[in-house]
Amino acid sequence: MGTTASQLGKDLLSEYQVSAQNAHKRFTELLTKDEKDLPNTRVSMERVLTLPELKSNPFRKRICYVFSTSEQKDGSLTFEDFLDLLSAFSDSATLEIKSHYAFRIFDFDDDGTLDCGDLEKLVNCLTGETDETRLTTEEMRQLINNILEESDIDKDGTVNLSEFQHVISRSPDFVSSFKIVL
Amino acid sequence: RERHRAKRRDGDREKKKRRKGRRRRASRAGEREDELQARHEKREAGRRKRAKNYQESEGRERDEEEQAQIKTGKTAKTKKNIKNEKTRKVEQEEGEAEERNAKGKKKHGSAKKEEKDEDGGKCAAKEKTQEVKKKKHKRKGADTLNSLSPEELEKLKEAVDERKKLIQGLRGKPWSMKKKLVTLRESQEFVEKYEGALGKGKGRKLYAYKVMMAKKWMKFQRDFENFKTACIPWEMKIKEIESHFGSSVASYFIFLRWMYGINMILFGLTFGLVMVPEALMGRPYGSIPRKTVPRAEEASAMDFAVLWDFGGYAQYSVLFYGYYNNQRAIGWLKFRMPLSYFLVGVGTVAYSYMVVIRTMARNANESGVGDDNSFNFSWKTFTSWDYLIGNPETADNKFASITTSFKEAILEEQESRKDDNIHLTRFLRVLANFLVLCCLAGSGYLIYFVVRRSQKFALDGLDTHTWWERNEVNMVMSLLGMFCPMLFDVISALENYHPRVALQWQLGRIFALFLGNLYTFIIALMDEINLKREEEKIVKFNITTWEASLYNSTVSENSTGPPITIQPADVPRGPCWETMVGQEFVRLIISDTMTTYITLLIGDFLRAVLVRFLNYCWCWDLEAGFPSYSEFDVSGNVLGLIFNQGMIWMGAFYAPCLPALNVLRLHVSMYLQCWAVMCCNVPQERVFKASGSNNFYMAMLLVILFLSTLPAIYTIVTIPPSFDCGPFSGKKRMFDVIQETLESDFPAWFSKVFSSASNPGLVLPFILLMVLAIYYLQSTSKSYKEANVELKKKLQTQNEENKKKNKRAALKAQMDLEEARKAASQTADSSQRLYHGKNRRNPPAPVREQGLPATRAPVPRNYHHGNHGAPGYLPGFPRQSEPRMHRVPSLQRH
Repeated sequence: MGTTASQLGKDLLSEYQVSAQNAHKRFTELLTKDEKDLPNTRVSMERVLTLPELKSNPFRKRICYVFSTSEQKDGSLTFEDFLDLLSAFSDSATLEIKSHYAFRIFDFDDDGTLDCGDLEKLVNCLTGETDETRLTTEEMRQLINNILEESDIDKDGTVNLSEFQHVISRSPDFVSSFKIVL
Repeated sequence: RERHRAKRRDGDREKKKRRKGRRRRASRAGEREDELQARHEKREAGRRKRAKNYQESEGRERDEEEQAQIKTGKTAKTKKNIKNEKTRKVEQEEGEAEERNAKGKKKHGSAKKEEKDEDGGKCAAKEKTQEVKKKKHKRKGADTLNSLSPEELEKLKEAVDERKKLIQGLRGKPWSMKKKLVTLRESQEFVEKYEGALGKGKGRKLYAYKVMMAKKWMKFQRDFENFKTACIPWEMKIKEIESHFGSSVASYFIFLRWMYGINMILFGLTFGLVMVPEALMGRPYGSIPRKTVPRAEEASAMDFAVLWDFGGYAQYSVLFYGYYNNQRAIGWLKFRMPLSYFLVGVGTVAYSYMVVIRTMARNANESGVGDDNSFNFSWKTFTSWDYLIGNPETADNKFASITTSFKEAILEEQESRKDDNIHLTRFLRVLANFLVLCCLAGSGYLIYFVVRRSQKFALDGLDTHTWWERNEVNMVMSLLGMFCPMLFDVISALENYHPRVALQWQLGRIFALFLGNLYTFIIALMDEINLKREEEKIVKFNITTWEASLYNSTVSENSTGPPITIQPADVPRGPCWETMVGQEFVRLIISDTMTTYITLLIGDFLRAVLVRFLNYCWCWDLEAGFPSYSEFDVSGNVLGLIFNQGMIWMGAFYAPCLPALNVLRLHVSMYLQCWAVMCCNVPQERVFKASGSNNFYMAMLLVILFLSTLPAIYTIVTIPPSFDCGPFSGKKRMFDVIQETLESDFPAWFSKVFSSASNPGLVLPFILLMVLAIYYLQSTSKSYKEANVELKKKLQTQNEENKKKNKRAALKAQMDLEEARKAASQTADSSQRLYHGKNRRNPPAPVREQGLPATRAPVPRNYHHGNHGAPGYLPGFPRQSEPRMHRVPSLQRH
């Protein structure tokens, strides 16, 4: 136990803007008994998503994929990945960091731009899984057109990172709501 | 190319061989090793021209030095020797080989004398190659001082500055922590090394010291930040609530905490500067009439009912205005009590104004640009999810509210909603407003009526009446505050407004109700003050006759004997209206607090318990159906808090204990409400954002602050203080204490200056100047806003233009391509095709660069997640600094 923490070292932990002890406690709770003795264990996405802080988040899977450094792209997290996640969602992370990660979370197909498909998936995430809250295709089309009208400044049919950051930086409450606290 | 270089070197060696036969062999092994190293080095050097220039000049330097220091230790010599080789290689690459060779040979020769003594050049070679780098860098510091040309110095400085910038901005880079740490270390090492080199010899030590101190300071700052966050009270509680109910409910608790902080400071002021000095250094209880319970009340002064009403001993204590003595200076400190009392009163108000306005300005700054409506849909999509929500129920509500907001926005966008029955809606709205006005007027009249009645009761004496009659005013006010909002809620159903507009109306109405109630209360209080002052006149007259009779009786009985002492409790005294006002406010606060807590317990807790347990044996589903659990009413609670604070500000001058009471109240309600929210409330159906309404509440607080200081200031300025109680007794007006202090405590010239400064001829121009300054600032801010709008327009037109240009360029490129294809098909000339192919790809790129003049340059789209660790190109990070970053570690590894 505790191997992961000792590897990281004290000065490293202070670099993360989160209370690392608490994070470490919560992270080891996700591990099974044998895994606790191994260094650098990965926790599978399913088990990370059992955290109550992430359970009801519609973007939970995307969050795991974005912060995972796994080779297999299975969304599994090491403790360092987990700390990266928490520090990006912490109070002290700057708007630039937050908007960068938000962009990558919203970029469902990982192609570096938000195109119509990404936006549709995003809106579907926001409106929930049930059919009654879902938008009709006509409404969806209208909505996506409006979004692109507003934020696609170079009119190439997609929203890229700088356009996204341009939009986000004007929003009054992005920074206060893009937070996860353990 | 390598081979070519090697050949040249060999040729070089041949020449040397001819001169110095076999000695050469020993060093060759080392040279081989070195060659490999140097080649590697060179590859990087090629990427960075600056570094190359560097090495070159360094090499030259070293050569000269070597000749001078021929007698230094042999190991050092060999190292230098090796370095020479490397230097030469670099120079060869530059194409100035001939000249260098000659120079090198010469040096080499001198070096070889030492090398003769060296036995195992081969064994040492490996070590040497490792040491080479270190040595080189160590020496660089010394060498660069006098060798670098200003141009190179500039370049070096530039590099160091770049690194520094990188270190500073590292926190804002969206990389994984591992990469950040590696970059940080590398850059720090780089900066440390070269910045030391840039300074003079003495400067380097100072620099090292500075670096150390900076590190320590950073560490201290970070620890201090952590300490500060750990010191914020109730942080965990609020975070827990935040994760269950979203940010809007949490914003109430943050507001409550903020209020608590302000009240703590107000409490500190009054407690430390007024109450404690009077209690410690003032005359003790029972020494003078104003500090004693009158004989008539003595019997009941300790009864709980009386104390609960803040009569009896509580009334004649430091808690109220009347207890304070008008002695100018008290105790061995010569503490100016009346002055302190007055200044604390003024300071309380001034501090509150300052804090509220500063917070408002900060909030306005934060959401400064946020009010334009140009990104309505994008914000709804990108920023509407509250990531703090950890409760499935809240999440469901949030889904629903986001969906409705989408639908509403789409509807609004499509067409402004048609109202087919506009007359009915209008009629209903007018009716609703009429009803609300009736409610307001009725509640105002009720309060006025009750206050007048209570005065009658008070004249009769409190003992003859029941509990209800004694506490009628406060109870009526609290009940009105509780039930009228519900009535308004029912009425607002008539109006059929958009929920957000409806909420604003509701808030406005509650605000009007509270304000009306408060002001009726104050007007009634004013009446009472006037009555008391009438009474005071009579008492004053009676006292003079009483004193005269007392004097006469003593004189007539025995003129030589000592004057008889009268118990202070027996002395007749005035009604002291200030204490009365203070008492009223304290009672109001107490009853308000009680009502809040009781509603909380009954309305939330009891209801939750009933719903929860009766649900097992009820005919319909209580949890989902009618009574259900209560929601947390953010706006109502915030309004309650604001009005409570208003009452504190109003009454604090006459009852110094009010801030203390309020601190207590806020402390308790923090815990109680936290508990109530977590245990018996359900998340709101409509989850509102917190930040939008922040400044709305602050503006209300400011209005309340102004309105509550108005009557307090009015009474202080216009009504003369009571003649026999309080710190200002015996003065015509309360603020005379300032003049008195000026006259007696300051030198004569000061009061003269002050009086001439306060003459209208000076004050009026000053006020005029301030008004002009305000006008000027306002007009400049307006013009800035206009400029902002202008710039935005410009941006938009530029975007349009760019779009057009883009299209044109694309079209042209396409045409070119067509042409090229035609040409290619005709002549099958490959070179032309290549040229046009290139041409096709290039034109859009520069246009794209200009795409976002106001924001960052567009980022190529080739990144994807998972390339953190790769040394590839990263967004937001300038490309050219990349190789430099990777060069440093290779130099530093050993």
